[in-house]
Amino acid sequence: MELLIDLASWFFFIVGSAFLLIGAIGIIRLPDIFSRMHGAGIIDTMGTAMLFSGMLLQAGLTIVSIKLFLILLFLMFTSPTSTHALARAALDAGLKPLVGNDALDVKKLAKIKKVNKERKRKSKI
Amino acid sequence: MFSAAAIAILATMLLVLVRAFKGPTVYDRILAANSFGTLTMLLIAVYGFLTERPDFLDIALVYALINFIGTIAVSKFVHFKDLAPPLPDNDPGDI
Repeated sequence: MELLIDLASWFFFIVGSAFLLIGAIGIIRLPDIFSRMHGAGIIDTMGTAMLFSGMLLQAGLTIVSIKLFLILLFLMFTSPTSTHALARAALDAGLKPLVGNDALDVKKLAKIKKVNKERKRKSKI
Repeated sequence: MFSAAAIAILATMLLVLVRAFKGPTVYDRILAANSFGTLTMLLIAVYGFLTERPDFLDIALVYALINFIGTIAVSKFVHFKDLAPPLPDNDPGDI
């Protein structure tokens, strides 16, 4: 039984770590802020949920597991909220999301980048 | 097993920091800082298990709370240049 729980924990930890790294690569490599939020979402949901599941299995049924569950629940509520607030702030500031084949269209991509740069220069932040 | 997870979390934090330094707009930086905070919380929780002192989870919970409030506050501050909601014209505000 002990071995089985350890194996399941290892599985959760490895899959969770893989999701964390995939999310980080997404944050670095995706083309604009709105698609980068997708990478952050992977870290916030799958990465943390998997790691916390592994820790839950190791903790057993104690006060520790209740705390872990509460942190996970809190994170599941707050992460979409903060992402939504950030996306709205970025949209209101005039950042344009890439749509359709924009990312493949070099000319259009350069234009959107130029617009975003102009915005940034104007707001001076 | 906890040390493996801790190493993965540290590597992820490093990658996220790259975006925080590089980010072309301020929103990229906020996003990276938010992810960094989440990862810090994870690291605190994993470190508690690593040293067999799961009391660290309380700190992780507080960190999650502060991370959420901080992200909301910073994106609001960048948007409105103020932490209060924008006042309508001719409104003297709180005196």
